[in-house]
Amino acid sequence: MSLVNLHQVHKYYGDNHVLKGIDLDIKAGEVVSIIGKSGSGKSTLLRCINGLEQYQEGGITVDGKEVTTEDIQVRRLALSVGMIFQNFNLFPHMTVGENVMLAPTIVLKKSKAEAETTARAMLEKVGLADKFDSFPEKLSGGQQQRVAIARALAMSPKVLLCDEITSALDPELVGEVLKVLEQLAKEGITLVLVTHEMNFARDVGSRVVFMHQGKVWEQGDSKTLLSNPQTDELKQFIGAVL
Amino acid sequence: MIEFSNYDILRNLMFATQWTILLSLAAFIGGTTVALTLTAMRLTRNPAMQRIVRVYVELFQGTPLLMQMFLCFFGLSMLGYEISAWGAAILSLTLFTSAFLVEIWRGCIDTLPKGQWEASRCLGLSFLQTLRHIILPQAIRVATAPTVGFSVQVIKGTALASVIGFVELTKVGTMLNNATFEPFKIFTLVALIYFMLCYPLSLYSKHLEKKFNVSR
Amino acid sequence: MLYFSDLLQYSDVFLSGLKTTVELTVLTTILGVVLGTVCATVRQYGNRASQRVVSVYVELIRNTPFIVQLFFIFFGLPAIGMMLSPWEASMIALTINLGAYSTEIIRAGLASISKGQIEAAKVLGLNFRQTLTRVIFVPAFEKIYPALTSQCIIVMLGSAVISQISVQDLTYAANLVQSRNFRAFESYFVTALLYLGLSILLRFAFNALGKRLFAYRASN
Ligand SMILES: Nc1ncnc2c1ncn2[C@@H]1O[C@H](COP(=O)(O)OP(=O)(O)O)[C@@H](O)[C@H]1O
Ligand SMILES: [Mg+2]
Repeated sequence: MSLVNLHQVHKYYGDNHVLKGIDLDIKAGEVVSIIGKSGSGKSTLLRCINGLEQYQEGGITVDGKEVTTEDIQVRRLALSVGMIFQNFNLFPHMTVGENVMLAPTIVLKKSKAEAETTARAMLEKVGLADKFDSFPEKLSGGQQQRVAIARALAMSPKVLLCDEITSALDPELVGEVLKVLEQLAKEGITLVLVTHEMNFARDVGSRVVFMHQGKVWEQGDSKTLLSNPQTDELKQFIGAVL
Repeated sequence: MIEFSNYDILRNLMFATQWTILLSLAAFIGGTTVALTLTAMRLTRNPAMQRIVRVYVELFQGTPLLMQMFLCFFGLSMLGYEISAWGAAILSLTLFTSAFLVEIWRGCIDTLPKGQWEASRCLGLSFLQTLRHIILPQAIRVATAPTVGFSVQVIKGTALASVIGFVELTKVGTMLNNATFEPFKIFTLVALIYFMLCYPLSLYSKHLEKKFNVSR
Repeated sequence: MLYFSDLLQYSDVFLSGLKTTVELTVLTTILGVVLGTVCATVRQYGNRASQRVVSVYVELIRNTPFIVQLFFIFFGLPAIGMMLSPWEASMIALTINLGAYSTEIIRAGLASISKGQIEAAKVLGLNFRQTLTRVIFVPAFEKIYPALTSQCIIVMLGSAVISQISVQDLTYAANLVQSRNFRAFESYFVTALLYLGLSILLRFAFNALGKRLFAYRASN
């Protein structure tokens, strides 16, 4: 059964038709890379999946449940969908540990001790066990992004959405974040990531989705699609990126 | 006529200063409370609520504080609500203070990146949880300096209560002036006392602002 | 019961009060901003002694109530030989008051101009005055224009206090009318609305003026 399903999703910003009938089906354990030019609707797609944006037509289900922007629905959704942002969005007034523990304690109502155990385990996983008591501003961009990943993982989501999570990083810091993602992929977590890292998409990803002008223009197995693109648009895009 | 020694003058002014301080505190506490309520109304994102707050701010920022006091004092009693000068002063200063604070705080909340709201939402925090754990702690840090700075305006605003007959520092100043005919001395002293009340707050506000700018 | 129609016969009184308030506002806005510009320039680029003088002036005014400043000028100064009419005293008090606040605001604008701009002007051979007027002032004022104009409106509203030394402004008119017809609420209510209209009108006027002053933005 599919974990995330989009059926003929249309999204408008005023008159701007941003998503033009998206059909997409993602199964548990898949690592789906979404690629495409800036403005093609990649972020909007992710934001519709986790209820941050309203869509006007079609349907989205996550784990069999309908996605809406109703506050209550989004909160239920948050239990199965985690999101990592380009600019981290850590809470600057809390320590790393508090950032990771917050949602498990006040949303999942876990005890402090239990939440702390999880938080430490997640930070360990992203290689930042020693930063538990640091404040985010003391960390490098790569470390901050790894904290954001740990924060999302602490809610044990079924699927993790990542929107260009390495784009704001200095080049030398990209690797450490990708390594964490790769590890997660190996553990079998479902990942949907908007990315410009073609090597990562090819080597780690199971599927590539190419978006163009608000449509899923072409998709397929990551290795096949990237080495043998069918449409001119994708050929052009790959040529421009590589 | 009674002779006023310098000591008498100072003693009277000092006594009156207590009332200025008390009125300022009452107005500041009242204003903060109302402003908190208004801020909550603004944050609900309910268009009707937001409209009410906008009109409120426009009304009380767009008319003279003195006129607000007259309306509270003479106006209300004409309409059959008896109100003392003290009550009218507190009421009008509360309205005035809250209208400015709600705008100041709005600026502070709006400087927080939208990503803070979105990240909270994605973690499953409710609106109130986001406010309490994410937005308010950060907004309060930003808002402290300008709020302390505005308290200076509140203290100065209390001087207008003298016009509706509330006996505070400025009123006692004019009374002493009428009795002694030494306006230069009296009003210099009155100004100095206000300065001694306000200047430390101004300095503290500046200090907070600097500290905050360094820490971020 | 409210009787607003009773006020109609006093419309002349209100109008003449409104006229005084508007005249004083226009005059003191111009004078106050000029004073503030001079003081801000001194505060930013002057020598240490003159900077100190300006700071003391600004802090003294900003940390005392306007009504006390007004009483000091109107009642206090004659005692040391400076006789002033209520109108003159009000004009001076309002100008000095706005001058202090606008010094603070304009100085922030001056401080926001980068050293590079000033050095570039120097390299081009502009003298200090040319640099100020041609390179620094326009972007500096553009930056602080909203804050400056709000302050002008705040000072206009604060001018209600000059009725206390018998300047026949809008508030004086309100007091006069209510003492004649004993309709305090109506009289003050209408006056408050007139002030509200005046502040909205001023805001529009300032916005329109701003668009013209900083028109170079629109053209590119
Ligand atoms: N909040 C918004 N309001 C209006 N238009 C938006 C908004 N966000 C994105 N858009 C528009 O939607 C289109 C797709 O944007 P986006 O999903 O961010 O593209 P991508 O992530 O692929 O670069 C763009 O044309 C963009 O201008
Ligand atoms: Mg994007």
